[in-house]
Amino acid sequence: MAGTGTAHLRSDALLRVDQLNVEFPVGRGATVKAVSGISLDVIEGETLGLVGESGCGKSTTGRAIMQLPKPTSGEVLFDGTDLTKLRGEELRKTRTRLQMIFQDPISSLNPRRRVRDIIAEPLKIWGVGSESERKAQVDEVLEAVGIDPSVAGDKRPHEFSGGQCQRISIARALVLDPKLVICDEPVSALDVSVQAQILNLLEDMKARYGLTLIFIAHDLAVVKNISDRVAVMYLGKICEVGRPDDIYGQPAHPYTDALLRAIPVPDPTTAPVQSGLLTGDLPSPLAPPSGCRFRTRCPRAQERCALEEPQIREVADGQFVACHFPLIGEEAPEVSTPVMVGTSG
Amino acid sequence: MSTDSTTAAVGRGRRRVLTAPDSHAGTLLEVDDLRTSFVTPRGVVTAVDGVSLSLERGRTLGVVGESGSGKSVLARSIMGLLGNRNVRRSGSVRYAGQELTELNRKDLRSLWGTGMAMVFQDPMTSLNPVMKIGRQLTEGLRRHLDMSKDDANATAVELLSSVGIPEPERRLSQYAHELSGGMRQRVTIAIALACGPKLLFADEPTTALDVTVQAQILNLLQAQQHERHMAMVLVTHDLGVVAGRTDDIAVMYAGQIVETAPTRTLFANVRMPYTEALLKSIPKLEQPSHTRLQIIGGRPPDLISPPAGCRFSPRCPYAQDKCRTEQPPLIEAEQPGHLFRCWFPVGTDAGREAFERNLAAGVPAAIAARTGDAAAVELADERGLATQTSTTDTAPGSNA
Repeated sequence: MAGTGTAHLRSDALLRVDQLNVEFPVGRGATVKAVSGISLDVIEGETLGLVGESGCGKSTTGRAIMQLPKPTSGEVLFDGTDLTKLRGEELRKTRTRLQMIFQDPISSLNPRRRVRDIIAEPLKIWGVGSESERKAQVDEVLEAVGIDPSVAGDKRPHEFSGGQCQRISIARALVLDPKLVICDEPVSALDVSVQAQILNLLEDMKARYGLTLIFIAHDLAVVKNISDRVAVMYLGKICEVGRPDDIYGQPAHPYTDALLRAIPVPDPTTAPVQSGLLTGDLPSPLAPPSGCRFRTRCPRAQERCALEEPQIREVADGQFVACHFPLIGEEAPEVSTPVMVGTSG
Repeated sequence: MSTDSTTAAVGRGRRRVLTAPDSHAGTLLEVDDLRTSFVTPRGVVTAVDGVSLSLERGRTLGVVGESGSGKSVLARSIMGLLGNRNVRRSGSVRYAGQELTELNRKDLRSLWGTGMAMVFQDPMTSLNPVMKIGRQLTEGLRRHLDMSKDDANATAVELLSSVGIPEPERRLSQYAHELSGGMRQRVTIAIALACGPKLLFADEPTTALDVTVQAQILNLLQAQQHERHMAMVLVTHDLGVVAGRTDDIAVMYAGQIVETAPTRTLFANVRMPYTEALLKSIPKLEQPSHTRLQIIGGRPPDLISPPAGCRFSPRCPYAQDKCRTEQPPLIEAEQPGHLFRCWFPVGTDAGREAFERNLAAGVPAAIAARTGDAAAVELADERGLATQTSTTDTAPGSNA
């Protein structure tokens, strides 16, 4: 799963992430490679789901796309522009077309400001329209997410529930009319009934405002529900990319399979799976395993997996996997000169 | 049967700790009309309002509900963990025939760990960060079971290996921060199991964990429960977690049990609209992507002044006038052990008619259930339009 490679990328993408690396110094000259060599793309109007366990680098990937902070290396091509090359004013301007929604809706809103001012802030900064035009725009977007501007506009975030605060965050992200919205675990902190409200709302907003979404979450069922394409991540690498119905129906990567097995099914006639579960913990990203990063927990691992980093390749129509011995399709062809894992530590 | 004598008997030998004595079969826990309120500056919050349940040895009860439904307070109130300041408790809690509400703090303490134990949600905050794992594990063994230091340490090693922790000897001298989240939760489970409790409360034991670790921990709890013939109360918000792992389920809403049944019966014959709505609002793996989710509009009620009548009525797609004035009691369904609180139950003609009537009248909750349009429903809710909404394309027909 040291899944590098770009076989899954398409030509007509709105966003194209190429060989993205994000490293954080952790003292004594050591670095954590939170994201190493990830390539992704999103077509306009598509929802890309990013799934994986905590610590797999999915949030870091989302932030690196926003250049928060800038990635260590790699390209982030958004609508033809490489964001990593932009600086200062140019970057600020481009960033208005990318927005982000965070996990904890209450702490991502300023508690001392009124809802109307929170939503109007981006418009004010960019000097959009006159004051009355801005007010009309704020009212419109609040109404779109289901918050009554005449009732709620002058309240402060603490007067709202978690679900309502998430609606306000969504309104704030939408007010500048972005193209791409990165949702970082937007429903993880919410109750199931509120989660359904927010998921449906995101679908409706996507249709209404013509959005492209990157949806980051650890809940595979949630990701399946909202995504057109899913990328499964493990320890800073991509394991598998494809349409959700394909991946969930017939996972090709052993890790995807293990993840799917672990999900409790809300049906008492299905006994919980006792076999095929992952054992042990995620290896430290300070010293990731050589070759395929999943090999230490993989039931199918062979000698080759320790020596050679698997490259992403297509194993079924539209289904891409970085694995030497996938569950579907053929074994990866031998490479004449084994790629020793120089890049991944 | 006095619990003190059980404790003493267990204390004699280390071997007996791991297999709890099973002196009498039958009901282990009986809760009758338990009410727990908190006195706050805003008013009295009744978090648990008239809950009755019973649990037999070796059985598992799942308590399901959203945040604020009172499920955690229920577990803590049964164990007597809430203290006395600002807390009012009435009703009866009988554990192995003994009335717990009359026990003083000291007697309760002797019961915690040996009779009842709890595993909490967040393993980081439920472990002491400045005390070694070994000391936290042996504390109960030394105190409750009068073990010598060496015996306690040996038992601690056994416990750690029984919950699947590699290198148990080394762990005894480690601190909580040196372990991963899953390992920490294994340690808290080992601590809870240390003195051989007969009743284990697991309060959202896997909510803070990743899905792969969640499955490991749930399997571990199940295995330990079988091995020790413990009764378990599994508190969670996730219907998926309880579906395959409990014998019975109690669904809570606004401090009350709104539906309870053997697990299979509940999933096959849902009667209470709240249970139905919860089930339908979860995205499921077998559904194709972009399946429209059913939503429950609005929010749970304020427990200082809960709504008159049925507490779910303001959000219920089936609610009629009767629901808003008369609180439904727990009614028996056809299957044994299945109780629910509803005047117009799911899957009955009365329920279907009520839903159609609401849909025709444009009641937001009914439209929410049909269209899943979260924004429109929320707006209608905020504006207090109880009977009509203009923001959806469903024609508002005859007004009720």
